[in-house]
Amino acid sequence: MTGNAILALLPLIISGGAAVLIMVVISFIRSHRLALALTLIALAAAFASLWLTGGAATGQVTGLLIVDGYSRFFMGLFFAAAFTIALLSYGYLARRAGPREEYYVLLLLATFGAAVLAASSHFASFFLGLEILSVSLYALIAYTRASRFSVEAAIKYLVLAGASSAFLLFGMALVYSQAGSMQFSAMANLRSQAGTAGEPVLLAGMAMLIVGFGFKLAVVPFHLWTPDVYEGAPAPVTAFVATVSKGGMFALLLRYFIAVDVRAFPSLFVVFALIAVASMLAGNLLALLQNNVKRVLAYSSIAHLGYLLVAFLAAGPAAGAAGRGAGTAQAGTAQAGIVAVTFYLTAYFVTTLAAFGVMTVLSTGERDLDGITDYRGLYWRRPWSAGILTVALFSLAGLPLTAGFVGKFYIITAAIGSALWFLVIILVIGSAIGLYYYLRIMVTMFMQAEVSEAGQLPPAAAPSLSWAGEIALAALLLAILWLGIYPGPLINLIQAAAGRL
Amino acid sequence: MPLTLALLIFWLVLGGVIAWATGRLGKDVPRWVSLITLFIHMIGLIVLWIQFMNAGGAAQGQRWYLELNLPWIPQWGISFYLALDGVSLLLILLSSFLGIMAVLASWSGITYRIGFFHFNLLWILAAIVGIFLAEDLFLFYFFWEMMLIPLYFLIGIWGHENRVYATLKFFIFTQASSLFMLLAIVGLYIVHGQATGVYTFNYNVLLGASKAVAPNVAFWLMLGFFIAFAVKLPLFPFHTWLPDAHTEAPTAGSVDLAGLVLKVGAYGFLRFLIPLFPQAAFAFAPVAMTLAVIGIIYGAVVAYGQTDLKRLVAFTSVSHMGFVLLGIFAWNQLALQGAMMVMLAHGVTTGALFILVGDMGDRLHTRDINQMGGLWPVVPRISGFSQFFAVATLGLPGLGNFVGEILVLFGAWRVSPLLTVIATLGFIFSTVYALWMIQAAFFGKNIHNWKLAPSTPREIGIMVVMALTVLWLGLYPQTFLNTAQKALEALQQQTPRPAAAAQEVGALAAPQKTVGVEQQQQH
Repeated sequence: MTGNAILALLPLIISGGAAVLIMVVISFIRSHRLALALTLIALAAAFASLWLTGGAATGQVTGLLIVDGYSRFFMGLFFAAAFTIALLSYGYLARRAGPREEYYVLLLLATFGAAVLAASSHFASFFLGLEILSVSLYALIAYTRASRFSVEAAIKYLVLAGASSAFLLFGMALVYSQAGSMQFSAMANLRSQAGTAGEPVLLAGMAMLIVGFGFKLAVVPFHLWTPDVYEGAPAPVTAFVATVSKGGMFALLLRYFIAVDVRAFPSLFVVFALIAVASMLAGNLLALLQNNVKRVLAYSSIAHLGYLLVAFLAAGPAAGAAGRGAGTAQAGTAQAGIVAVTFYLTAYFVTTLAAFGVMTVLSTGERDLDGITDYRGLYWRRPWSAGILTVALFSLAGLPLTAGFVGKFYIITAAIGSALWFLVIILVIGSAIGLYYYLRIMVTMFMQAEVSEAGQLPPAAAPSLSWAGEIALAALLLAILWLGIYPGPLINLIQAAAGRL
Repeated sequence: MPLTLALLIFWLVLGGVIAWATGRLGKDVPRWVSLITLFIHMIGLIVLWIQFMNAGGAAQGQRWYLELNLPWIPQWGISFYLALDGVSLLLILLSSFLGIMAVLASWSGITYRIGFFHFNLLWILAAIVGIFLAEDLFLFYFFWEMMLIPLYFLIGIWGHENRVYATLKFFIFTQASSLFMLLAIVGLYIVHGQATGVYTFNYNVLLGASKAVAPNVAFWLMLGFFIAFAVKLPLFPFHTWLPDAHTEAPTAGSVDLAGLVLKVGAYGFLRFLIPLFPQAAFAFAPVAMTLAVIGIIYGAVVAYGQTDLKRLVAFTSVSHMGFVLLGIFAWNQLALQGAMMVMLAHGVTTGALFILVGDMGDRLHTRDINQMGGLWPVVPRISGFSQFFAVATLGLPGLGNFVGEILVLFGAWRVSPLLTVIATLGFIFSTVYALWMIQAAFFGKNIHNWKLAPSTPREIGIMVVMALTVLWLGLYPQTFLNTAQKALEALQQQTPRPAAAAQEVGALAAPQKTVGVEQQQQH
């Protein structure tokens, strides 16, 4: 391994090494603050190293990993998200009984797994990254062991993730039998397989891969774990599952299927389109029925992944015609689709973190603040938290001034550019349905809290915001508004990064 | 100088933030902050208006009197492009005027979260001014959506008993329909880009786009805009959110809804839908005009059936806005001038009626017309002004609504005599509901023995100003007609009505010209 390769892998080395370091440190000094500080330093260093190595090394590093603008962007996103989650978790864990320091080890490991996913260019690294991520998540979901729901959620996740990994492995084997390589770069050869005798095997392999992807992304019909895990996991872990875990998988999905070129396989295209439609409709419709905010957000995330798949399909079919997409302003090209996906994911990260962040800082030592009635009159008691949650919900609903609006706009532009009219119309219908449940939470927050005067206040009044959580929430609020009002710089950054995919 | 346009928006944004921030200093502070903000806004606008009139509108060969074009998201061809012509100017004047009235009307009615209330009020106005100025389709959509959020809070927090239901319905109706417009905007952007290689949301550039679009595509895109504007207008049968939202809104919310939000829909038809898709729009015009006429009759008839005074006034809006749409789709000078006049006059009269209903509601704690009766001796001033604005709304000559509606009918006659005749029946129905309302609420015996507080100077002041405005609109409409004339002519030249329709009315066109408006056409 050359020095250059080490330099290129520095972000991964730092984040992985830091997990080990903290594990060692906490066996000597048990200090919550120290663990948090080390985690934050490690994530910041990993993030900074993305810049430091930016010019030095780009391209394939070993046979397994590729460090290019695209993977760097996603790694940066994951590190930043994990940084925020660590800040949010501090107050949350401090209020809870039980050991706290191991949480940060697991968080770093899971982030490391996601970063590996974003950088992998080979089935082996893909699987390793995925398992590092998943195994850390089992423990994170069950981190508040005292809670029955938490353990139930972890076991549910464990069993289903295990099953989906098996599908994934089998799928890889089948694809390998046809492609003759586990390198993603070799997947382009698969296009010539279309219509030959090998195609059924190949398609079966792809279908199994899709099962694996689908599970992790929680799209219909592989979404059944989502509401329970969201509800059972501690709020900051839910935020992680909703953002970094899904983001890692989506980054990989995009890289892999751009290499394969979905357009060459109409049946795959149809499968993805069906998944997208089902996710958008089922996610939004089922969210209407929930009385638990975490479950509402779980179903809404299913719908959002459906929206992302629409942009993904916009990226896929036009990939072959990438040549005509030279101009930066041109919609309807492969690049527009990729940039749309990346932008939407970023917006979704920021928004989801803000929503779960508010929930995290308001949760007590006993339970998470997730019943919809807990939010009654929140605006009058905690205008700051309620305001941030409102902005986050507006962003999820895709209203202007927020990141979600620009993201949704971008997806619609990319999809119309690729003439995916049917999908866009489902997207619009889904968004319209979605308004109802987002508004419902907001309406609850703005109700006069007569209950509170009577003294039966829900526990939201209890915890004081921790300084760490406050900083994180303020940063997220600024990010949502910044992306919503002036997205130009981020788009430039993404275009520069994704152009090299 | 072009920066004035941005200032017209950001001044209100700033005022809203200050009003919110100063909310904790005292109850009256945010009220004064927003009043002063709007007052300065109004003065600035009047100065602008005088300059505009002195300059005679846009310079020769120019479409806009003022424009401001800054890059915003250059990657997508989106710019922060504001432009002002006579139509925009009149509607912004109306917005600022009604804004002042709304602040004054809610001076004592709003008792909690006053800072946040005025924040929302000013942000609604800022977004509406933005809509009237935006000439970039993305920016237009941005303001279009931005308007909804503070309006949602305004109704949802300070509304009446059933406000949750009303806000949800209002929000989902308008938002869902806007999403179709978003699809259409993006569709137009892409179709235009693919045909010409220029990807832009600039209104001026897209105006010619419809030539590049296949007729069936243009039709669908037009329909996307149509739904969004029709819901806002509201056009029958998309109006069902309106009575609920109006009824539950606080007075200021009702004034904004009726006076401004509905105008935004009409403005959309006038500025965007027809110019962007002329062929499709004119092919669709018979349907739109028929729906408009149904709205005129339906709104008036249903208004008569209401017992809730606020709901009654709300349904009259459906009727009046039908006239606006009829005028816009008739698309000739008379009709367009008429539509502008109806917009202004309806904004002021309906706003005034809502304020009066609010004043009565504060005293009676009911809006049920059956609980009233014989109130004239009890509250003579409110009753007198109600009478005045009721006859204004039924279209009494000499008051603003008459000018507008009669011009619309003249203009529409050239296009479709049959629909015009039916629309004229609207006058009869509006007379019925307006007089019935006055009769039931103010005349007769005071059987419920109401004893009410007399009007305050603030309430009387609001009414005097609004009544004078309605008189101005009715007695000397020339000021307003002149302001809008160039802009409307430019719109018409840009998008001529197809020749077939013009011939059909040719024979009848001549005698109509003698009616008063001719002099303005000779200017």
